[in-house]
Amino acid sequence: MIEIDRITKMYGDTAAVDAVSLTAESGTITCIVGTSGSGKTTLLRMINRLEEPTSGEVRINGDSTLATKPHLLRRRIGYAIQGHGLFPHHTVGRNIGAVPELLGWPKDRIRARVDELLELFSMEPDQFRDRYPGELSGGQQQRVGVARALASRPDLLLMDEPFGALDPIIRARAQDDLRRIQKALGSTIMLVTHDMDEAIRLGDMVAVMDGGKLVQYAPPAEIIARPATSFVADMVGEVERPMRLLSLVPVAEVVEDGAADGEALPADASLRDALSACLWTGRTAVPVTRDGAAAGRVTLDAIRARAELHA
Amino acid sequence: MSPPGLLFCVLGFAALAVPFMTLAENRIVAGEGVLAWNVASAGATWPGVLAVALGLVLGVPAQWALVRLGGAILGLGGLLWLLALGGPVLLEGAGNYARVSPAIGFWCLLLILMLLMADALAQMRPGPLARGALLAAVLGALAVILWSGALSPLSILQEYASRRAAFADAAMRHLALSFGSLAVAAAIGFPLGILCHRRASLRGTTLPILSFLQTIPSLAMFGIMIPILGWVGDSVPGAQAIGIAGIGFAPAFLALVLYALLPVVGNTVAGLDSAPPAAIEAARGMGMTPGQRLWKVELPLGLPVILTGLRIVLVQNIGLAVIAGLIGGGGFGTFVFQGLNQTATDLILLGALPTVALALVSAIVMDILVELARPTPEGGA
Repeated sequence: MIEIDRITKMYGDTAAVDAVSLTAESGTITCIVGTSGSGKTTLLRMINRLEEPTSGEVRINGDSTLATKPHLLRRRIGYAIQGHGLFPHHTVGRNIGAVPELLGWPKDRIRARVDELLELFSMEPDQFRDRYPGELSGGQQQRVGVARALASRPDLLLMDEPFGALDPIIRARAQDDLRRIQKALGSTIMLVTHDMDEAIRLGDMVAVMDGGKLVQYAPPAEIIARPATSFVADMVGEVERPMRLLSLVPVAEVVEDGAADGEALPADASLRDALSACLWTGRTAVPVTRDGAAAGRVTLDAIRARAELHA
Repeated sequence: MSPPGLLFCVLGFAALAVPFMTLAENRIVAGEGVLAWNVASAGATWPGVLAVALGLVLGVPAQWALVRLGGAILGLGGLLWLLALGGPVLLEGAGNYARVSPAIGFWCLLLILMLLMADALAQMRPGPLARGALLAAVLGALAVILWSGALSPLSILQEYASRRAAFADAAMRHLALSFGSLAVAAAIGFPLGILCHRRASLRGTTLPILSFLQTIPSLAMFGIMIPILGWVGDSVPGAQAIGIAGIGFAPAFLALVLYALLPVVGNTVAGLDSAPPAAIEAARGMGMTPGQRLWKVELPLGLPVILTGLRIVLVQNIGLAVIAGLIGGGGFGTFVFQGLNQTATDLILLGALPTVALALVSAIVMDILVELARPTPEGGA
């Protein structure tokens, strides 16, 4: 559990972060979203003490971060940044093994961990272990950056705009990968982004920052349905709200018995996908499959009814 | 057609038409020029002249780098052959004090053929190890030629023959001055550069001071050292015992160290700054201490730039050390200034040529080291 307790950062007379408190459960993704200058990055950097808080404190599993020396604290917290920050003169393997090396793990244990992570990120270890970052594509570099941040099995992974430098298609895949890996490892992640879409897509909880203050901290559905301030509403976007909401609801939730024509959707697809399929192919219902077997259908009326629940 | 090759060819043929060697009555007076095909009987000289001409022509076609390299080597061989042939022939019957020397034509052809060789090599892009091997081969060939005595009749080697012991001494002094000052400058400059990298305020004062030192003309710098070290030698007990005095080795050494500081400190700072900011941020974020960041990230990434600084210092100091001869610091400069006083050109060359050769070899070796120090394979970001 990560507890941020009335943490404040002053630069001169202005508060970059103003008495922010929030608690994140272990094994969840918390997305901190805001415009530039909202203090979201400063908040994140105070957790691993790249910035020292002016007042307040952060507790990880009950222990104050102020009790440990900053560099020792950081070895327990993964950190992935925009533009990956890989060491250009070290191979992929050495990059991923950087923190275990700092922690003094034996060589064979580091090697095994590097291979394990490369496989987790769908990169063939024999093919990638000895290559240099400059020889990889942007998407591969980003994956290695996240793998490096996870190498020592940290209590917490901090990510600062980790997908900011990727093009939209690669970014969507990287987001899916992150979700998959986070579920597999049960990691606790705090992720900073300026992109509300990304926050809603990835976050179990979304924290919206504005002018150094935490203006809303809630699950994505609530952020969309009941934005706390006009700023949050703006971030969500009036026109986009129904679509964003539907994107959070899996088809499985409104599936009903019956048959429908045309191509089927898997049960974990979102209602947004189902609506899109209906509109695009002119159908009023779409068949649903679960693990390859027919599981009923989802109708346009059911989608509409679900969307209106929050209207 | 290779444009530089064509230029070398035209210039080379022009150089063949000016005196190749000179014959003088003694070591002081100006000599009389002799054209390349006249250094011996026409029947004897034609293979040498032909080799030079053929070498120049082989340098023209652009595609075959290996042929151009072969042309350069053939031409250089022809030059040496003519020189070795002409020496004893011209001296015969010219009197006891007569001297033969290479003349303007020889020096121009030497330069042109060496440029051709460099151009052809650049075309072939040899790796660092191949370049090292090539350098060793050239130096080996030079040593064999000098040791064989084929060029001994030349005036410059006559000057050498009468100063063997002094030459060895001067060479040791020159090496001690240039490499010793480099070592001391590195020992001071690296830590200073690291401190400047860490503290912007220190950088703001240090680099301008070092830049100012660099602008002092070398002669003036050596002059300034005389009263300062003279005073130190006279007033600090024991200073004179370890050789600190107004003239001699100490002031020359100190001046070279001062000149060396700017390139060492400046390139250390620039090298450490060259690490990508994201990599530094990541290093901090993963829990590296400042020392680990320096050793694992900043130094390896900055090493080529730092070594380039040492290369600048080494070549600069080998050249500047000549001036040390003026204040009794020893080194090859001794011969240069003796030669100037006696108007004996070949004595000046006895000081100047080894200096040039030393600087060239050092530059090539340092370039190889810089390349070996590159932290990533080519194309790495």
